[in-house]
Amino acid sequence: MMKVFLAIVGRDLRLGFGAQGAMMTTLLFFVLAVSLFPLGVGPEPQILARIAAGVIWVAALLAAMLSLDRLFQTDQEDGTLDLLAQAPLPLGLVALAKTLAHWLTTGLPLTMIAPLLAVMMQMDLAVMPVLLLALLLGTPSLSLIGAIGAALTLGARRGAVLVPLITLPLVIPVLIFGVGAVEAASYGLTASPHLLLLGAFLAGTLTLSPFAIAGAIKLALE
Amino acid sequence: MALAVEGLVCIRGERQLFSDVNFRLAAGEALLLRGPNGSGKSSLLRLLAGFLPAASGRVLRDEEARLFYVGHQDAVKPQLSTEDNLVFWARLLGLDDAEAQRQSVAALEAAGLSRQRRLPGRYLSAGQKRRLALARLLVAPADLWLLDEPTNALDTAAVAWLGGVLATHRTSGGMVILASHVDVPLPDARRLDLPEGRLS
Amino acid sequence: MLHALANPARFLRLMGAIRPYAAAVAVIGLVVGLGWGLLYSPPDYQQGETVRIMYIHVPAAWMAMFIYAAMAVASATALIWRHPVAELAAKASAPVGAAFTLICLITGSLWGKPMWGTWWVWDARLTSMLILFFLYLGYIALWEAFDDPSRAGRAAAILALVGAVNLPIIKFSVDWWNTLHQPASVMTLAGPKIHPDILWPLLITAIGAKGYYVWVLSLRVRAEILQRQARILRFSAATDRRAG
Repeated sequence: MMKVFLAIVGRDLRLGFGAQGAMMTTLLFFVLAVSLFPLGVGPEPQILARIAAGVIWVAALLAAMLSLDRLFQTDQEDGTLDLLAQAPLPLGLVALAKTLAHWLTTGLPLTMIAPLLAVMMQMDLAVMPVLLLALLLGTPSLSLIGAIGAALTLGARRGAVLVPLITLPLVIPVLIFGVGAVEAASYGLTASPHLLLLGAFLAGTLTLSPFAIAGAIKLALE
Repeated sequence: MALAVEGLVCIRGERQLFSDVNFRLAAGEALLLRGPNGSGKSSLLRLLAGFLPAASGRVLRDEEARLFYVGHQDAVKPQLSTEDNLVFWARLLGLDDAEAQRQSVAALEAAGLSRQRRLPGRYLSAGQKRRLALARLLVAPADLWLLDEPTNALDTAAVAWLGGVLATHRTSGGMVILASHVDVPLPDARRLDLPEGRLS
Repeated sequence: MLHALANPARFLRLMGAIRPYAAAVAVIGLVVGLGWGLLYSPPDYQQGETVRIMYIHVPAAWMAMFIYAAMAVASATALIWRHPVAELAAKASAPVGAAFTLICLITGSLWGKPMWGTWWVWDARLTSMLILFFLYLGYIALWEAFDDPSRAGRAAAILALVGAVNLPIIKFSVDWWNTLHQPASVMTLAGPKIHPDILWPLLITAIGAKGYYVWVLSLRVRAEILQRQARILRFSAATDRRAG
């Protein structure tokens, strides 16, 4: 079962890193979106430092939405979804494998490039470990809940717009706890309550969302 | 291994495609689905594959019986080479890397795609993609093949090859259910006309 | 019971029987409750006459949450028992719930101007209501995005359940966020201390609003059932023409 799981992750990574993959687009969008804020609110370091955590998290949320609509759609359009459904692996785990690949090509790279943006946004360097940890705990939830949206909109009209519309309200807790962790750290307080909440949220989405994704994919298979 | 279908009713969206479809299939037998567009051939195959729930009726088969469904889409990834496309399917079935590789090379050889092994999927012609899709049948054994318009885009030589593949499968006790609007080399296959469900 | 209700004809009859009572509860409850609250209840010693907005705002907030919960229950029924009427009930509830949410947001905003001197304040309750409004809109948008109504119904049902599971967490996170940024603010009903002169009109309005919901729901579900029957008839007429 593990072999099959890894086969799916491996294939999606190959497709994701390739020229057709959305990884570079997602990263560029993330950097570009954050860079717009100093232009919008002015370059005063105090203001930038004050809004840095929120800006980085909001941009990460939006960037994670960017490639979501294609997560299952390409496989559905070319018939690969039928193959995946015939694998000797429960559909929920197939979905989890694809979602893991999505996180490895969006959430993880976003996290790795975030320190650079944090520097540009005048964020206190001492806060950086908390930002990284929060992103590492929070972005998988974005992929998991986003995958529900992606699976639900399979075959829908305007799927690309619909996915963020139905997903973003559901990931608001990630935004709040994620920004909360960084701000707590920047005020010299402990970030651990926020990080624990992020972790708990991830544990919840990790257990429950495969069922929702599998249910939604089953509808698309009919 | 046998398959029995009793009183199957299929409703797609809000309309009924067919009602009361009954047939039995024994080892080595084949069933050809015929009928105009929209008569439910594809839906019956997807229903038997387990993708689509039946509105009523039942499908009886051995629990362990393995079935492969090959839809009318080729499921060829343009970025992956012909061989990698097939290896992915083999690994999806649980074969380990070396075995997946070996079976894929053999299946491509049989499908006449050896020369295209390293070619990315996007460079394959429609007929070559179809042959790649059908080569999936050869990677691992299965008891029941469900084929939706398998001869689309195939030339005469490839249709003959498919006929041979189907014959070999049946000789070894395999069953075939095949939907097609053109003639397929499937000797002594029974025929099910949809949407009436008439068996002949 | 469930399967008896699943039959559209029986459901239509049942709904037809309930409808007049629901309409009566709605009219009497809303007239008495709102009349009492808006005209005859005492003004607040701090907020003055502005407090009367609460008689619309609070029942609307209750209804917004109640209808989302009803939608989630109907969606679960639709998914688990493949209950066709439950699906339609969930669909028919969404615009009603969204409307109550909007009323809650607008009255909250109107009340904010005299109280806080601004039309909008990111107070925890209003923010949660705004997110609930987005959830309703997403649900409605998903229903509208499919050509096949049975596909749309089940996808929307999954979304409603995911939303219902997530909603308490969203609520918790927004409260958490709010306490970090500003002290929790007003328009709370401080449980046991609440004066009966305020509580009674509120409760009567809330009952009237529930009656209104049942009334509108029965009308909308009936319309959905009839529309579906019309689609099926039109389709079979078209195929008969083709066959003949």
